[in-house]
Amino acid sequence: MQAHVTLGGVTKRFPARANGHAVHALGPVDLTIRKGEFFAIVGPSGCGKSTLLDLIAGLLPASDGRVEFEGKPIGSQIPDGIGVVFQEDACFPWLTVRDNVRFGLRTASVDDAQRERRVDEAIAMMGLSEFAGAYPAQLSGGMRQRVCIARTLVAQPRLILLDEPFGALDQQTRLLMGDEVLRLWRETGATVFLITHALDEAAMLADRIGVMSARPGTIIDLVETDWPRERDSRIVERTEFGAITSRLWKRLRDESLKTMSRAPT
Amino acid sequence: MTGEMHRWRNAAVLVVGLCLLWQTAYWIVGDVALRSPWQTLRFTAKLVQTDLFREHVTNTLYAFAIALVIAIGLGLAIGFALGLHRLAAEAAEPMLVALYSIPKITLYPILLLAFGLGMSAKVAFGAIHGIIPVALFTLGAVRGIKPILVKTGRVLKLDSREMVRSILFPAAVPEIFTGVRVGFSLTLIGTVLGEMFAAQHGLGYLLMNAISLYNIDVIMSVTFLLVVFAAGVNAVLLAVDRRLHFR
Amino acid sequence: MRKVTLVQISIVAALVLVLELLCDTGVIDKITMPPPHRIVVDFAKLMVSGKLWPEIGKSMGNVLIAFVIAYVLGIAAGTTLHGYKAVRDTLDPLFATYYAIPVFAFYPLFIVMFGLGDGPQVLIGILLGVVAVIVTILNGLDRVPPVLRKTARIARLTPLATALRVTLPFCAPYLLGAAKLALAYAFIGVIGSEFIMAKNGMGYEIGYAYTNFDNATMYPLILLILLFSIVMNGLLTHWEKVLLERRGIQ
Repeated sequence: MQAHVTLGGVTKRFPARANGHAVHALGPVDLTIRKGEFFAIVGPSGCGKSTLLDLIAGLLPASDGRVEFEGKPIGSQIPDGIGVVFQEDACFPWLTVRDNVRFGLRTASVDDAQRERRVDEAIAMMGLSEFAGAYPAQLSGGMRQRVCIARTLVAQPRLILLDEPFGALDQQTRLLMGDEVLRLWRETGATVFLITHALDEAAMLADRIGVMSARPGTIIDLVETDWPRERDSRIVERTEFGAITSRLWKRLRDESLKTMSRAPT
Repeated sequence: MTGEMHRWRNAAVLVVGLCLLWQTAYWIVGDVALRSPWQTLRFTAKLVQTDLFREHVTNTLYAFAIALVIAIGLGLAIGFALGLHRLAAEAAEPMLVALYSIPKITLYPILLLAFGLGMSAKVAFGAIHGIIPVALFTLGAVRGIKPILVKTGRVLKLDSREMVRSILFPAAVPEIFTGVRVGFSLTLIGTVLGEMFAAQHGLGYLLMNAISLYNIDVIMSVTFLLVVFAAGVNAVLLAVDRRLHFR
Repeated sequence: MRKVTLVQISIVAALVLVLELLCDTGVIDKITMPPPHRIVVDFAKLMVSGKLWPEIGKSMGNVLIAFVIAYVLGIAAGTTLHGYKAVRDTLDPLFATYYAIPVFAFYPLFIVMFGLGDGPQVLIGILLGVVAVIVTILNGLDRVPPVLRKTARIARLTPLATALRVTLPFCAPYLLGAAKLALAYAFIGVIGSEFIMAKNGMGYEIGYAYTNFDNATMYPLILLILLFSIVMNGLLTHWEKVLLERRGIQ
């Protein structure tokens, strides 16, 4: 499989703010994400997972090293073909579900008929057809998150970045949303990069899992799950699932303890 | 929408209650100082048809309109400019709040010295009442925009003009509208107040003039009209405000 | 925080300097406004001479009376109203539109009803302030988390004890906010009324100085009112902020 995203020696430092010190948030990180794979990152809080995602998305420039997407370095421009779903509710409260999703095609060059078709498809794909005319305030948290996913999908991205998208949802909804994401991954054929703090979620969803150390985060382990492409949440019943989560926790436990014993910043 | 109906019913009960209070006060105090609601209504009907009244009302409305445009225009500009820069916003907000609490009528003599007696002073006085709430609310609105919405805009690769037009502005509108609503009321109060202190035209002048002539009918009618106008417009603006915030 | 204060001080200093320049070069003529340094000198002279102390005292006294009555009435009315939802809902439209109404328009009416003494002025000050206090304290009481009330019940506190030891302490920032508003409105009401039609007091003196082109008296008086208003507001705001920060609210 060819490389879709390459990170070589990437570090990120944040300059000192008032009353603070400069923060070495991340790196050095060397990582290759293959085209079409489902890659997850787990790590203790504050290790720089979200910063890593921001770097890949082009939202932040790297302090050192290079980040490449489809062979081209990512500068300050956000590359074409990348979609991002955040943890917080990013729905525009003044637009209906349909208008929110349509917004995802704002900078795309499609004619009106094609636009409406793609919007309808994305809405249907996320099971929102019944609520297309509703406002986000009328929907539950899980449904609002689905609207954000639809808005990302409508642009047909080749790389989908998910920054703890289900963090705000309850466990049952999370498992079902996990199934949804797997389905979308198969149907769109996109590369998926997921950040999560839930080990079972990573173990269930991903082809490969990167384990990050405490701040400054580096990749300390890469776990291959060898799951078949046609999988869903019932994979948790397999014995290998337990082995994978144990391995993740074994690596993470010490790192998390390191984070907990640090004074609050 | 029984919530809305409840509000209308409450408002109606309130109005009836106030009228009863008014009538009772009239019975106690008598013609020497008050007029009854009915008498006031009849006199008002006659008053609004006179040329004298028309002239003064036009004067007030004209001054008010200009003051309002200035207050909203400048207020929005200041609020936006400050809202977009963190340090400026943090520094300016307490200062604006301090300005908000000073009795602005103390500045009126200065305005009169600067602008002379007449329309410009009135307009300036009305405007300074309205400009601060508009600026403060706009400032708050811009700073209150959820960062995740801005981040979404960046991910969707919007340029700055698009960002302002399709994200920043719609997100800030509800709060800005509240500022405009408050600014509307305060500008009206400022304009009329200015007329009460030193003017030869306008409803405020009419009011003060009526005292020296001991013309209770005029006092009651003009007061009544001002209250009804101010409360009425504000009620409408409030309804719009509520709808905007419900989203 | 300190950087912000620096910016604020520089802005004020810059404004004063600009004013000074405009006045000294004659862009703003002497009849309109004397230069800031002149105003400060006149201010000192006025304070030292004691000529207007009676007027200042009278106005401030009325402001204080209006403030106290508006505050006490407002808190009492607000806490009572909080328990009677039906009455509160009926009065809600009044509270919502109250500050749109030109309360000063009632001043002539009050003069006709009560005569030309201090009464109408204090009354306007009270009327302006009382609703702000009521609305603020209602807001505060609304926000008492049910879990705190439940805690009080489990601890078997009487209603009075609950109010004194749980609800009102919780609402302390709102009590302060209400005081700020009551004071500001008392000021506006009393001084404003003195401007429009009174025979004495600071507002009247400013108007009198204006008609007599007496900038040496007028500007110092205006400065005094501005200073007092800003200082009082600043002190109460600072206190309020300390309270809020202690609770982790920004």
